[in-house]
Amino acid sequence: MTPPHTVIGLPRRRVDGRAKATGQTRYADDLAMPRMVFAKLLRSPVPHARIRSISTERAASHQGVHLVLTGRDLPVPYGILPVSQDEHALCVDKVRFVGDPVALVVARDEESAADACELIDVSYEPLATIADPEEALHTQEPRIHDYGDHGNVHKMVAMQFGDVEAALADADEVFEDVFFYEGNTHLALEQHATVAYLDGDGKLVVYSSTQTPHYLHRALAKALAMPARHVRVIAAPNGGGFGGKSDPFNHEIAAAKAALILGRPVKITLTREEVFYCHRGRHPVLMKFRTGVKRDGSITGVDLQTILDGGAYGSYGVASTFYTGALQTVTYHIPKYRFRGCRVFTNKAPCGPKRGHGTPQSRFGQEVQLDRIAERLGLNPAELRLRILEHPDALTANFLHVRTIGLGECIRRVVNASAFDSRHRHMGRGRGLGLACSSYLSGAGLPIYWNDMPHSSVQLKLDRSGGVTAFCGASEIGQGSDDVLVACVAEVLGIEPFDVRAVTGDTDLTPVDLGSYSSRVTLMMGNAAIQAAERARDILAHAVGRKLDVPKNRLVFAERRVFDAENPDRGLSFRDAICTAEAMTGAVGATGSYTPPKSEARFKGGGVGPSPTYSYTAAVVEVEVDESTGWIAVPRVWVAHDIGRALNPTLARGQVEGSVYMGLGEALMEEQAYRRLPPRLSNALVHKFPSMLEYKSLTSLDMPEVFTELVENPDPAGPFGAKEVGQGPLLPIMPGVANAVYDAVGVRIDEVPITPEKVVKALADLAAGKPGRFGPASFPDVRWPDPLFVPPPWEGGTGEAINERRRDKPAPTGASRS
Amino acid sequence: MIRLPKFDYYAPRTIAEAADRLAAHPDAMLLAGGTDLLPNMKRRQQTPSVVVGLAGIGELRLRTNGSGHTFGAGLTLSEIVRDAGAARECGALHQAAAQVATPHLRAMGTLGGNLCLDTRCNYYDQSYEWRKAIDFCMKKDGERCWVALSSPTCLAVSSTDTAPALIALRATVALTSASGTRSLPVSDLFANDGMHYLTRRRDEILTRVDVPDQTGWRSTYWKLRRRGSFDFPVLGVAAAVHVASDGTVRDARLVLGAVASRPLVCVSAAESLIGSGWSDEAIARAADLAFTLAKPMDNTDFALVWRKRVTRDFVTYALRELRGDDMRPTRVKIARHALEGLHY
Amino acid sequence: MTDTVGADRVLVRLVVNGEPASVAFAPNKTLLEVLREDLQLTGTKHGCELGECGACAVLVDGVPVLSCLTLGLACEGKAIRTIEGVANGSQLHPLQAAFADLGGSQCGYCTSGMILTSLALFEHNPQPTRDEIREALSGNICRCTGYQQIVDAVEAAAAILRQQSPVPAVSIRS
Repeated sequence: MTPPHTVIGLPRRRVDGRAKATGQTRYADDLAMPRMVFAKLLRSPVPHARIRSISTERAASHQGVHLVLTGRDLPVPYGILPVSQDEHALCVDKVRFVGDPVALVVARDEESAADACELIDVSYEPLATIADPEEALHTQEPRIHDYGDHGNVHKMVAMQFGDVEAALADADEVFEDVFFYEGNTHLALEQHATVAYLDGDGKLVVYSSTQTPHYLHRALAKALAMPARHVRVIAAPNGGGFGGKSDPFNHEIAAAKAALILGRPVKITLTREEVFYCHRGRHPVLMKFRTGVKRDGSITGVDLQTILDGGAYGSYGVASTFYTGALQTVTYHIPKYRFRGCRVFTNKAPCGPKRGHGTPQSRFGQEVQLDRIAERLGLNPAELRLRILEHPDALTANFLHVRTIGLGECIRRVVNASAFDSRHRHMGRGRGLGLACSSYLSGAGLPIYWNDMPHSSVQLKLDRSGGVTAFCGASEIGQGSDDVLVACVAEVLGIEPFDVRAVTGDTDLTPVDLGSYSSRVTLMMGNAAIQAAERARDILAHAVGRKLDVPKNRLVFAERRVFDAENPDRGLSFRDAICTAEAMTGAVGATGSYTPPKSEARFKGGGVGPSPTYSYTAAVVEVEVDESTGWIAVPRVWVAHDIGRALNPTLARGQVEGSVYMGLGEALMEEQAYRRLPPRLSNALVHKFPSMLEYKSLTSLDMPEVFTELVENPDPAGPFGAKEVGQGPLLPIMPGVANAVYDAVGVRIDEVPITPEKVVKALADLAAGKPGRFGPASFPDVRWPDPLFVPPPWEGGTGEAINERRRDKPAPTGASRS
Repeated sequence: MIRLPKFDYYAPRTIAEAADRLAAHPDAMLLAGGTDLLPNMKRRQQTPSVVVGLAGIGELRLRTNGSGHTFGAGLTLSEIVRDAGAARECGALHQAAAQVATPHLRAMGTLGGNLCLDTRCNYYDQSYEWRKAIDFCMKKDGERCWVALSSPTCLAVSSTDTAPALIALRATVALTSASGTRSLPVSDLFANDGMHYLTRRRDEILTRVDVPDQTGWRSTYWKLRRRGSFDFPVLGVAAAVHVASDGTVRDARLVLGAVASRPLVCVSAAESLIGSGWSDEAIARAADLAFTLAKPMDNTDFALVWRKRVTRDFVTYALRELRGDDMRPTRVKIARHALEGLHY
Repeated sequence: MTDTVGADRVLVRLVVNGEPASVAFAPNKTLLEVLREDLQLTGTKHGCELGECGACAVLVDGVPVLSCLTLGLACEGKAIRTIEGVANGSQLHPLQAAFADLGGSQCGYCTSGMILTSLALFEHNPQPTRDEIREALSGNICRCTGYQQIVDAVEAAAAILRQQSPVPAVSIRS
């Protein structure tokens, strides 16, 4: 007999809610230690240059200065991906963008360190700058990096699943559309901060606002040339992450080096402007979709090309490139598919993973194009999508395994709630509705570096107090991962969440979890936690069963008791159960782990896209557009998310609403934009406005009412059936806005952000008899490599490329093994 | 954390004492609410060695309403927003104050501070390090105006919301220095030069604002900005009209903010309304004339062509509201709220 | 408030969360820095230090202000209220309980500013509408929630405070 859930599925105060509401949560910058000193980075004021010399004498002798470090002190490169080990904590011989760090000053206080930075003399030999993909494609020299595919092309990928040209030829109609998605940034409210110190044993401790303590741990060990076992990384609770704290950062490594040298705690806290330079945000992507459809709406094939403006470093960029083409196939059935993507280096802050990592850009193009297709075919956009939905348990053309798919239900829910069928195309001039859908990973199928070990592990300590401590390397970035951990353990053991203490994100204390990225934590850590808790339950059941002489499979764990299902009075308190087990077999503990299932995608690059299961979202956005000014108001958004199961519905709803918020920001105003001064006068290439005032993010007054529905159809792959919720619901918002603007005023804005200027321009064109469209005119002529050819499953494909040199294993993120 | 540079601080208790401090320290700057000066000091746009704090001067918080209204320059913008007399009789001022920045910044920032607000520019409102990366600009530490390379003067934008409103209300300000007090119309407080945008002498303190009797006048203020809060205006339209009993316009004032280095008084646009019967055509004509005057540059949020273009729409909104049209739905769409019931 | 000519440090008397505190600090320090660095009250956060985010909002004599743009020395004799002074002993203020229970805090970094600003709202408007709550909080950026659950929390707390019931409807666990 399984009792009903007492924790899972019920709205509940999150375990860290009280600490956050009382100001007790200790973010990295809140840590203060005796003898602590403060560091500042000197950053490059030039966008591209060779460093001729750096003179630090004046800074080193400035009052209060303890240490000045330069690139020479940290010669070992690092980077989040094994294939892109292209960063140095402090630039060695070149600077690649305005904001690239060249020196670290450590002083008695932040002011002295900042003053001393001004006393460092750096001699730069300027190099020509590269500002956008067109320039990067056409500029062989100078190269921003001396690695990559060629010139300033970082990475080109090409893959084909079936004969796409034949599929397009076979279509009743082929749609060709070019879209542009501007870059934007995470803008987590907390600025990155790190405190590094030596503990009493003399080992290095790095307390940092990081989403990925395990990867930071590895990077520190490498860059500092130390054994990882002598380095401890503690992920402080993050004041927001959204992907922006997923890379190992310059300031973390440089501060750690300084702590090792000085033997004192070193704190560094970035300014908002510096956070804009850390970036790792959404890549600007230019993309072209060619889609063949039959008259009934079914897709015959899709040919997608993308170009990503990567900025100055690799970061997650190779993975980002693959992601722009990975998830097209899991929402709608696409029998033949070709994807070619290219990432270039430019002299701008490096792009990387932001909420939705690489997928929102092409999702925007795909969903806007579907809106066009629906109109041309005379179909309701919801009906078109429902006709072409991918099926449950499908293996897609690119060998992604769809498990449960609640997208149809999501579409029906938002269509009903918004009265879409009767209002779409009938709201009158200036008002409109737009529908769009999406899907996202519940965790990446492969880790970032090659290994066969679990992606997440949980360790439980149960002791005679009756309390349980759950240890896991996952990092709490606001998404509620500590709450998921506690909830899963409490549910399985039949105790209150308040009885469970979460110890997380500490590489000395907690078993490895790969980090808070790719929406992986709920599913992977949740499954590991359930396994650990079930094993602990088994230990307790064994002891209690023996003591009470009840078969252990008849024991129930509920209400802080362990009792006989057939005679509920016969039982022990949970505390006594632990004492019994401890007396009988010694200390009580258990571990659990999770490793995703092996992917069927065995071709190079097939490592990006597989996931244990996919979440799905549908959204309807309502807009009001003023035809004279182009001013856009969004009064309402309806969103339905296939979450499998909501572990804590309050938190799940918050993730959906927060995603809608961030999506609307991207749709309407957020831009990581750059300014280049006239080259005849200046070599400057700068972030246009690295401030919270001018980088526009929605305030409470700009946010519409959001009507959220959680579609719960438990997925066997997820803990208690749960799938991800933190990223997927962002994806349909941008195309939803674009489609709604079209419904309102009849112009297509094929570019994000969708601003009043662009609407006015498109309306003026429309009035002049031109296409009512604002967006990129064309896609550049890229010399693509021959694609890997992988026959889809229905053509007898095995998941391997038939023109690829045989490899042992699929490489993660297309990386070489290292 | 960005920190303030070092400075000596004086906390005078009287206007006279403050004026003496200004006279004695040539590079002293006045600190009222701090919401403009302190960010600028943190970015090293301004680095006065002496700061004279005005918060302790009770005289600056004067408020009288005999014939017309007198507002002490030290009243906070929130106090203006809550001021029933201002809301009733100085609509443009009330609406302008209500749309400055955010509730916190209105609770801190003063009327005098908003009038004297430094001009703004995307090449200037940046950290020292950022400005160094473009080799600075004319307004601070550099030679050139990057907004328009051939411009002999700085093109930073007047970004005060209350000035256009007060000009439309025909207000005057009092400026006090160690050598005395003078009064001048708010419109004469400004010069069309992004660097030397105030005619206030550096030894003068703006102590109060006098709004003349508004009997027979109605006024309003419309603000364009990206978001419902925080943002400075990228276009402000203040309008005031005196309507005769027959419904025709007897007198009118129209002022544009944030489209030049000073508020622009649209004389011909306002005059074109006089004697008109508020027809749509009359409003459109006035909007056209105002549009011609607007000279936005590419140094704020939004594209300049569009900012200029929508001047017509915003002038139309303001005039239609004064005509008596129900503009509340439009107001809510533009301002993102109804500007009602505000406390801060 | 006193003149500080030539001084390295000034001694300033504040009343912080109801307790008198005399603090000596450099005259160019903001209230934000004094609270966090000299009084170890790190519950007050910073997201920009330029008045562009609202994370550092505190109450000075009951008025919601940005501590990053307030000189510490200008607070002589003033009553400062920070997040650390909101609960009644171990009993959470209904606003705190509601933020914790209803999703008002995700990463929690904007929460202090949101709660202090909401307290100021209740002082003059104990029954705010959702629109009035949005207006009052329009100077506090939140990047996590989309504000909806924050508005829910403030609305729920207002209802509890109005009832002034001894047992709040929102569960409070200390």
